[in-house]
Amino acid sequence: MIQERSGLTRDDAPALPPEVEQFVKEVAERPHPESYLIAVLHRLQNSVGYLSREHLNAVSVRMKIPAAKVTGVATFYHFFTFTPRGRHRLSICMGTACFVRGAGAVLARLQEMLGIGVGGTTADGLFSLEVARCVGACALAPVLIVNEKVYANVKPEDVPRILEEYGFDRGAKRK
Amino acid sequence: MSSSIETLSTMRRAAQRRLLQDRFGARVRITVGSATCENAAGAGAVHARFQELIADKGLRDVSIGRVGCTGKCDMEPIVTVISPGMIPTKYIRMTPERVDRVVDSHVVGGKEVAEWSLRHITTRRAARRVIGVCGGAQCLKRGAISLEAAFQSAIERHGVADQVTVVASACQGLCDAGPVAFVYPDDVMYQGVTSAAAERIVREHIVGRRPCEDLVWTGERLANRFLPVFGDVHFFGKQFRLTLRNCGIIDPESLDEYLVVRGYEAVAGVLTRMTPQDVVNAITRSGLRGRGGGGFPTGVKWNFAAAQKSAEKYIICNADEGDPGAFMDRSTIEGDPHTILEGMMIAGYAIGAHQGYVYIRAEYPLAIQRLEKAIADARGAGILGPNVLGSGWNFDIEIRLGAGAFVCGEETALIESIEGRRGMPRPRPPYPAVSGLWGKPTVINNVETLANIPVILLDGPEWFASIGTEKSKGTKVFALAGNVNNTGLVEVPMGTTLREVVYEVGGGIRNGRAFKAVQTGGPAGGCLPASALDTPVDYDSLAAAGSIMGSGGMIVMDESACMVDVARFFLEFTQDESCGKCTPCREGTKRMLEILTRICAGQGQEGDVEKLLRLADTVKKTSLCGLGQAAPNPVISTITHFRAEYDAHVREKRCPARVCRNLLRYVIVAERCVGCGACRRKCPVACIAGKPKEPHVIDAARCIRCGQCFEVCKFNAVERN
Repeated sequence: MIQERSGLTRDDAPALPPEVEQFVKEVAERPHPESYLIAVLHRLQNSVGYLSREHLNAVSVRMKIPAAKVTGVATFYHFFTFTPRGRHRLSICMGTACFVRGAGAVLARLQEMLGIGVGGTTADGLFSLEVARCVGACALAPVLIVNEKVYANVKPEDVPRILEEYGFDRGAKRK
Repeated sequence: MSSSIETLSTMRRAAQRRLLQDRFGARVRITVGSATCENAAGAGAVHARFQELIADKGLRDVSIGRVGCTGKCDMEPIVTVISPGMIPTKYIRMTPERVDRVVDSHVVGGKEVAEWSLRHITTRRAARRVIGVCGGAQCLKRGAISLEAAFQSAIERHGVADQVTVVASACQGLCDAGPVAFVYPDDVMYQGVTSAAAERIVREHIVGRRPCEDLVWTGERLANRFLPVFGDVHFFGKQFRLTLRNCGIIDPESLDEYLVVRGYEAVAGVLTRMTPQDVVNAITRSGLRGRGGGGFPTGVKWNFAAAQKSAEKYIICNADEGDPGAFMDRSTIEGDPHTILEGMMIAGYAIGAHQGYVYIRAEYPLAIQRLEKAIADARGAGILGPNVLGSGWNFDIEIRLGAGAFVCGEETALIESIEGRRGMPRPRPPYPAVSGLWGKPTVINNVETLANIPVILLDGPEWFASIGTEKSKGTKVFALAGNVNNTGLVEVPMGTTLREVVYEVGGGIRNGRAFKAVQTGGPAGGCLPASALDTPVDYDSLAAAGSIMGSGGMIVMDESACMVDVARFFLEFTQDESCGKCTPCREGTKRMLEILTRICAGQGQEGDVEKLLRLADTVKKTSLCGLGQAAPNPVISTITHFRAEYDAHVREKRCPARVCRNLLRYVIVAERCVGCGACRRKCPVACIAGKPKEPHVIDAARCIRCGQCFEVCKFNAVERN
């Protein structure tokens, strides 16, 4: 994801959101400050929505951890994302219970209709598609989460109706 | 200076006073379930509607609160109404619209809305009352074996067979009061039941409607308080609520409510009268084994760490519940967070640690929020932090978030992650008990393991050891899901058979379909067929049958599941989650997945199954950590038990369960097709042809097998083969 060397120094690294900056300062005083790297990345993603190269470099400078290591940690964990997400985030649960009850067919229908793969965002920035590990709502399987709203017992034929709730234009997408 | 026990008693009395003034003092008390799954089912709106109505109607003597997960997922949201002189009512599948009638009729008018109550639904299925005779080993020894017959003959003598049913229940954990029997839905537990007592219970209680007061059980046990409050025999009868004892009963965000159910009494007792070695010995005697999946004896682990000479030691609670389809730990934390803190404190005292960490998935925001509140409340009350409960001993707990890496459930990878690195396992030895977090002795225990600790110390290791089987003591929590009627969180004594869990607790297979397999242990476990249903749930029996206990995911599959596809699903998961450090796991899982993917795509070759087995063997034997060593299990177990399905895919290019898309054929049956054209219009690749009112035809060569024609046809004319 991050290929170029940044060559950034303390002075020209971009600013982090104030609450992240504050947290970095706080943990610097605690024992093992470098162990808070993942916690810092969580706060950064919470605040900005994704981890940009510039922000990762800024974390490297502020926490005095090599940029290669910061990037290595960030890319190891599935939770972190490096591209901005769509306005509506679709997350289909692929836990075993959802899988057994047919989440695969729902995912296939979502991909077909949106024309994007898992992790992708539609060209108009309206939808992004993710696969969740298990949201723990196994009794409602298969589960589709759009932003914060949970759709239970979703079948492939429910997909068009759900997408249309969020402004999906069927005619426009098909051609 | 007062002892920790005295400090705690003062604290508990104050908590009781506060609760009496506030929530418990109200005439009517309403609790709404609130765990992640309840909220997903709409509990938030139900809670809000109750609050709104209580305010609108000016109901001053009604209190409303939240409780954690009740485990009965398919009936959520669940609301309990406790009002004077009435057995508590559990309303199921509540909606904001239903709230209005419950408030008017029940809360204000004192009349239960029977048709929405759990009791109504369960008793509709059975006779009006149920007598549960404990079938635990201790009760059987003490004579329960003849009790069922004694009850039965008394029932016949009194001619009340249409009003009451006798069932054998799981061990109720009241072994020293045995044989015990309970009457549902009256929620009365009888102790020391003899044949004569059985006659009296039927005559006085069932016929005369007056409980036999002198026979009622009066003791105090932590486990199974769930029954009196909840009491759904069909779901809970075979259950034994020990680690989930407070879930669904207390408000997880209230330290006061935890205190009045003997919360923190175990740690106060330990600090007052036990040495660290006493604690280690007690846990060892209890026979408790790690609930995270490995089943390592907890006491032995603690003993290793306790024996290390080091000023700094750590205790870590592993709440990185990564198995897809498992949510036991989330529900436990969401329902009863203080229990985990107490378990960690006791572990810390036993091994000589002063700092604990909870490593929890970032995907569990509600659990994190409740843990944070519990830690803050405990610190504020002087239970956590410096000078715990006035004992002079210090202990504090910090939360560390995972970030979606399954391998971090492995203990050395988890340590790497807490240290702020990529979660890649370290070779063992040295084991974490010797050199763990920051090179210091560290004990890592799973959430469920820790939830057992306070009960073991309060009710005694010997009592705990009396539950379960010879080598697996206590209970196990399972997240029961998949194609089963009652999905949810269940807790059963070790030694309960898979059949009892699936058919009695789980209520059998949905939609009257046939059972095909039960999967335990998640991606590290295996699929067991119907012939293995009588396997008892314990570490050794499940391993011998070709699966593992695992952390507690239990997925039931019916005939609509394709076992090759299931194996592919798990391999896709482990391959994606392999950290890549060691070659067998990184490359082996990838190659196995390739083979499985091509078998599912209809490109399987003769010899593929043998190749899979060879690879599986190598990966199992040579991987560095548990992830790789267990990754082949789903493949091996499905090949062992469902070889014919693999052969059908490879040789006949056919998926018997009709799941694998590339192996499906869609055909229009001319006799049933009315020529409405719905499928022709729906088909995304325009491969269906036909004139209006004449039978249509699918061009198989162009068909992409999306299945939309199958879904849209109202005349069942499209067949999927």
